Amino acid sequence: MKVTLNNFDKAFENRVRLQVMSVLVANESYDFNSLKDLLEVTDGNLASHLKALEKEEYITVIKSFLGRKPNTRYKASPAGITAFKMHLQALENLIKQQKL
Amino acid sequence: MEDKEIYAEISSIRNLMERSTKFISLSGLSGVMAGVYALVGAALAYQILPKGNVLQPLPVSKYPDLFYGSYGPGYWATLDLTLFFIALAVLILSIGTGILLTVRKARKKGLSVVNPSSKALLISGGIPLLTGGLFVLILLGHGYFGIISSACLIFYGLALVAASAHTFGDVKWLGIFEILLGLLALLKPGYGLYIWATGFGVMHILYGTIMHFKYDRESNAK
Repeated sequence: MKVTLNNFDKAFENRVRLQVMSVLVANESYDFNSLKDLLEVTDGNLASHLKALEKEEYITVIKSFLGRKPNTRYKASPAGITAFKMHLQALENLIKQQKL
Repeated sequence: MEDKEIYAEISSIRNLMERSTKFISLSGLSGVMAGVYALVGAALAYQILPKGNVLQPLPVSKYPDLFYGSYGPGYWATLDLTLFFIALAVLILSIGTGILLTVRKARKKGLSVVNPSSKALLISGGIPLLTGGLFVLILLGHGYFGIISSACLIFYGLALVAASAHTFGDVKWLGIFEILLGLLALLKPGYGLYIWATGFGVMHILYGTIMHFKYDRESNAK
């Protein structure tokens, strides 16, 4: 039981953060606007959660320009992918324990 | 955390991973329509093609015979243009219907049509498709008519297999069948039109119907 709780990642407690991470794990990279459309969240909300994930070093940010428009892309870091997998495992374990 | 919450969390993760990597607004009905256009096109082509040439396999050992039949290059040059416009009409109608129905399906589901997965789909499918299109045009230019239907099927099949990573997995199987048919058309030089009609007509209608009942109906019910 204790192991399970240890693996439970605080950074993923928020739903949006977990959703962002699942999109980034499944894709090579994703840009801000597509992420916003997909998750149906506001600019500010998404930006603050991305900042939090960036602070944990779970994601890396690539800033570039498409013509004159800034285009910010996000990528899951190896640490982020590991953390995401551990978190999923923890969720799975929790289900298994409750079934017993 | 509650049991239910965890299940909801996991299913939302799975849903997002799927939606972010795969373009799922492709319409099954547009496949059926493409198949119908292809069959009509093939029927028109059948009307104007010299019958003996289509029905009987040509001698492979004599290359000019294989490519021109017994009619000679001059006959083919005028026929070639008519066939080309039939093929072009089928292509434009198919793509037009495909785009129209796909946009409609995406709107109905409240999804955007332009997103990273649709772009990935277009790029991965577009490269083999465009290569194939140019390849076929060059073949036409050289007068190699005997292997055109085979080349169409093979390149189209390869494009479907490449694109299938970004949409429904079933598309990969359609691609594999198209490739097999293309190889068969190469083995049986005289039957190109029939095999082409099977690949682009019958297979599209079959797969479009399957896709429609498997995905479109289900999502409409929700």
